Amino acid sequence: MGVYVNKDTKVIVQGITGGTAKFHTKQMLEYGTKIVGGVTPKKGGTEVEGVPVFNTVQDAVDETGANASVVYVPAPAAADAILEAVDAELDLVICITEHIPVMDMVKVKRAMEGKKTRLVGPNCPGVITADECKIGIQPGYIHKKGHIGVISRSGTLTYEAVHQLSEAGYGQTTAVGIGGDPVIGTSFIDALSAFNEDAETEAVVMIGEIGGTDEEEAAEWVKANMDKPVIGFIGGATAPPGKRMGHAGAIISGGKGTADEKIRVMNECGIKTADTPAEIGETMINVLKENGLQEKCKTH
Amino acid sequence: MNIHEYQGKDILRESGVNVPNGHVAYTIDEAARAAEKLDSDVFVVKAQIHAGGRGKAGGVKIAKNLDDVRTYADEILGKNLVTHQTGPEGKEVKRLLIEEGCDIQNEYYVGLVLDRATSRVVMMASEEGGTEIEDVAAETPEKIFKEVIDPVVGLTGYQARRLAFNINIPDELIGKAAKFMIGLYNVFVEKDCSIAEINPLVTTGDGQVMALDSKLNFDDNALFRHKDIVDLRDLEEEDEKETEASKYDLSYVSLDGNIGCMVNGAGLAMSTMDIIKHYGGDPANFLDVGGGATAEKVTEAFKIILSDSHVKGIFVNIFGGIMKCDVIAEGVVEATKQVGLDIPLVVRLEGTNVDLGKKILDESGLNITSAGSMADGAEKIVSAVK
Repeated sequence: MGVYVNKDTKVIVQGITGGTAKFHTKQMLEYGTKIVGGVTPKKGGTEVEGVPVFNTVQDAVDETGANASVVYVPAPAAADAILEAVDAELDLVICITEHIPVMDMVKVKRAMEGKKTRLVGPNCPGVITADECKIGIQPGYIHKKGHIGVISRSGTLTYEAVHQLSEAGYGQTTAVGIGGDPVIGTSFIDALSAFNEDAETEAVVMIGEIGGTDEEEAAEWVKANMDKPVIGFIGGATAPPGKRMGHAGAIISGGKGTADEKIRVMNECGIKTADTPAEIGETMINVLKENGLQEKCKTH
Repeated sequence: MNIHEYQGKDILRESGVNVPNGHVAYTIDEAARAAEKLDSDVFVVKAQIHAGGRGKAGGVKIAKNLDDVRTYADEILGKNLVTHQTGPEGKEVKRLLIEEGCDIQNEYYVGLVLDRATSRVVMMASEEGGTEIEDVAAETPEKIFKEVIDPVVGLTGYQARRLAFNINIPDELIGKAAKFMIGLYNVFVEKDCSIAEINPLVTTGDGQVMALDSKLNFDDNALFRHKDIVDLRDLEEEDEKETEASKYDLSYVSLDGNIGCMVNGAGLAMSTMDIIKHYGGDPANFLDVGGGATAEKVTEAFKIILSDSHVKGIFVNIFGGIMKCDVIAEGVVEATKQVGLDIPLVVRLEGTNVDLGKKILDESGLNITSAGSMADGAEKIVSAVK
């Protein structure tokens, strides 16, 4: 179980012949992910890590029956790669690539309207359902199977949270990295809604950061719709206004998108927040206790 | 990436968006010659720095003749302008824009930004020109009008007219205002801008609609396809350490504190600043070495941190996923060998190859304090610099 990806997900790797993609294809295969093919134009007929390479996404889908793809294509061509996956009617496209021009993503989002494909990312660590399927660049070994869902705009903060939960004995269902860009495919609300429907997930951690108002909107949604406890953390409380903090989306502009405001709205909507990233695990465990879920969620 | 006002106006002029005539000047003589070339009775001498609020700080003067132009150019060139956007240290003026004066009837605001909620570009307009749009938004939000733009069709004529009517542009100038707005949107898209702000947009006595000021910022991620824009970069306007960091593909932002930070991942890097503050310290920088850092990159990162004389201690916080801990450790050892290290260094390593990384640090003979967790590391570095 878990959300978006599981043991039956059949994945193709777009840009598979690149150095980063090769490395992670190997890692994903070792984790047990069903990587059924790869795509690099003009490299069709070759193999990477024993995986057949095709010239187009459509060829790969026709030959392998893949239903998901992961994009490692360099930024200048990444938007086109996403659109090719959408055109081949995949259920899921996870885009790891960072530094994609914003206007490219504006066009991609417009072109995806009314299409069946879900996009996760770009500029994200990927999606991993513990012990079933890892799509992306996550360190697989920190993830333990369990009942906590994790949603995050940041890769390393996801690892930090997952690590704390696993160390304390609380496994996870799925960790979804939604990405640090201003235009992304899957929002907090999309992922929260998926976890709300997932029978295995008992509680959710949402990790946000400065910039935009997605966390505030998600908090309002949680208050109105979520049946499961949610805790949170917001990175960037000390970030100066007007400066982009690494992620293209992490910027306080026009007084909007501050950590204080996000934390205030989340708390108002019943989402407890950790004061420091070191307390994410502890905050979750306390909330599980309050909700009588501690025993059920203690997995190891 | 930011550019100067005069560069922005050049781009707009080339694209048929109406701006006053003007020329850049680096010296008093150049300023006088620039004014001579303009067919005007009145000249505006404008300081060119990458910050707003220049007028209030004395960086914009109206000259009635060439002697005035010389006087004001002399006064402004080399002057340290302190505005609300420069920080207390201010910015030295090295370039001027000499522009023809115009007979201003009314001032408006027009701006384009990405609207994250809709994932589309939105044009904002207001009749409160000349004031900061953030102030207008806070005090009289009903005076800001917005049009969300479909990327397939672009800013349409009716949307531009609707904005022009809403901000009370005189009827006879509606067509010109709409043309201006559509032209501005086209520049925004063609040049991959992240912000295009015209404040003020003015109507003039001779029936023109033009940009009296221009602020164009560009999406760094799209610069690979805009060599012409990259050529406009003024490195003197940028933080030296940030420029150096960008050469090595490191994401670095200067801050005011005394604890240097080196972290992998933007989210963790931001949170590391937060946790230092939480324990009573002050971060000197944001630094994300990225996921695929090499020992060389880590070395450069370390040098950049140490080049800041305010730094009294360093906290390295790594959660190695893709980033391997041994690579970080090698980089730290190499950097300290190259530049020397006489301030406290706290290292927290976790994740891929953590044992190997710790071993490298232990065997290096360097005076390194290791931390068991992020909180532990933050506490240790804060007490070490006190």
